[in-house]
Amino acid sequence: MAILVLAEHDNASLKLDTAKVVACGQAIGGDIDVLVIGHNCNDAVSSAQQLNGVRKVLVADAAVYANGLAENTADVVTDVAADYEHVLAAASSHGKDVLPRVAALLDVNQLSEVIAVVSSDTFVRPIYAGSALATVQSLDDKKVMTVRSSAFDAVASDGSAELVTLTQEVAPQVEFISQSLTVSERPELGNASVIVSGGRAMGNSENFGILEQLADKLGGALGASRAAVDAGFVPNDLQVGQTGKIVAPDLYIAVGISGAIQHLAGMKDSKVIVAINKDPEAPIFQVADYGLEADLFEAVPQLLELL
Amino acid sequence: MKVLVPVKRVVDANVKVRVNADNTSIDTANLKMAINPFCEIAVEEAVRLKEAGSASEVIVMSIGPKASQEQLRTALALGADRAIHILTDEDLVPLSVAKLIHAVQKKEQVDLVILGKQSIDSDNNQTGQMLAAIGKMPQATFASEIKMNADQLTVTREVDGGLQTLMLPLPAVVTADLRLNEPRYAKLPNIMKAKRKPLETLTPADFDVTLKSHQTVLKVTPPAERSAGVMVSSVEELVEKLKNEAKVI
Repeated sequence: MAILVLAEHDNASLKLDTAKVVACGQAIGGDIDVLVIGHNCNDAVSSAQQLNGVRKVLVADAAVYANGLAENTADVVTDVAADYEHVLAAASSHGKDVLPRVAALLDVNQLSEVIAVVSSDTFVRPIYAGSALATVQSLDDKKVMTVRSSAFDAVASDGSAELVTLTQEVAPQVEFISQSLTVSERPELGNASVIVSGGRAMGNSENFGILEQLADKLGGALGASRAAVDAGFVPNDLQVGQTGKIVAPDLYIAVGISGAIQHLAGMKDSKVIVAINKDPEAPIFQVADYGLEADLFEAVPQLLELL
Repeated sequence: MKVLVPVKRVVDANVKVRVNADNTSIDTANLKMAINPFCEIAVEEAVRLKEAGSASEVIVMSIGPKASQEQLRTALALGADRAIHILTDEDLVPLSVAKLIHAVQKKEQVDLVILGKQSIDSDNNQTGQMLAAIGKMPQATFASEIKMNADQLTVTREVDGGLQTLMLPLPAVVTADLRLNEPRYAKLPNIMKAKRKPLETLTPADFDVTLKSHQTVLKVTPPAERSAGVMVSSVEELVEKLKNEAKVI
């Protein structure tokens, strides 16, 4: 029984998600190989080789894979998947884009956002924005699944996997036009041990400045509720929630966020939750370990002073 | 250009759901049902493409029980031209749904299929991508902007690090994210008009599609509850607790 893990990377470096998906592979049990599809991705490849418990790293490196487009990426994964019983990817925007395509090409269904392994064919995944957990047994001969990386602890980087170079090149069906990625010195939401998130009550994008200061002081990442993103206060990639990023940091500070179930779905597995809100009835207080009923524009500057 | 929009009947987003007594499913009896919010955004986008002259016809479809016709009528009231209901009481997995959508797409000779990126009940986020694979079509998932020029579709997508823009030849599949548009409210005259728009009912057996059993749900359980927290009275107390009790700063 062998397990294939599709690497999450941006060519320059391997994302920590990959080490977490490998951990899910270890929970299933079996030989684990990592597939890196990209262009000029040597550093990502060597990081993948170091992941604990990985047998081989398969590499498809060509210009046509530079942008990680779903169509040709899925074709390569599907080819390689012939030798594997499990195909895993992070439930990132890339994994979610590519893996259902792979599943359909293999004529199997996919299991989305797996958070726990029961056995090699049975897995737990959240439904209804995490209001319930479904234990699902796959009847397909190949198990294709995206893995919620916040539910697994990354494996160590003390391995030395064998390198295998793949030579097939698959042309893309779509034309890549452009990409505008947010440049930030802060840690990524998925990897941060502290996250400071703001909601609609922040009022405007300038006011997010105080949360940025707080995040920087704590060495954390900045997040936001859907309301704050929809209002244009911050870019879309900061959204935490059912349809945004799912996070589980050591400390999550929700500022001016009321706590709609869709937002809670994205952060309620955080170890410690702090909520600052002036509405004592806000549902965020029901999941918070520490709640502070206060005007955020007074409380946050005070917090900055005391830290 | 014909546009097809598959829609799903789901429990309304504002309803808090509970696991049923025998831990086999969600108790959906007597809950308010609605068109899946992402599907509604997809319908709105298709109607806007028609209003802009890019689309000739907007067809909506739904696969599900008889009551799914309510959601099809909602989509018709938003401006879709006609509806196809594939009647089944079975809870189909995304792969089976994608196969049926593809069968409709072929039959109706549709160039563009716009779907919601995920349904808020099963949270799978698979159907659009699977449909694209089955039809060997290009895909643009998690779309926040769609532009149509002649036969070229330009789509901006929300990705983990920001935004990505792709150009796709038709036929193609697009899945709608939250910020693609804000759906209109159906006006009463349009709701009345929707009742007279064509709605065709078919069954999965009407299509040359083989559907298999792919998975069994063994149980459905509520998630672990977080233990109740405390309210602190001041920022000083908060900092003290975080340092000495939670030890996270």
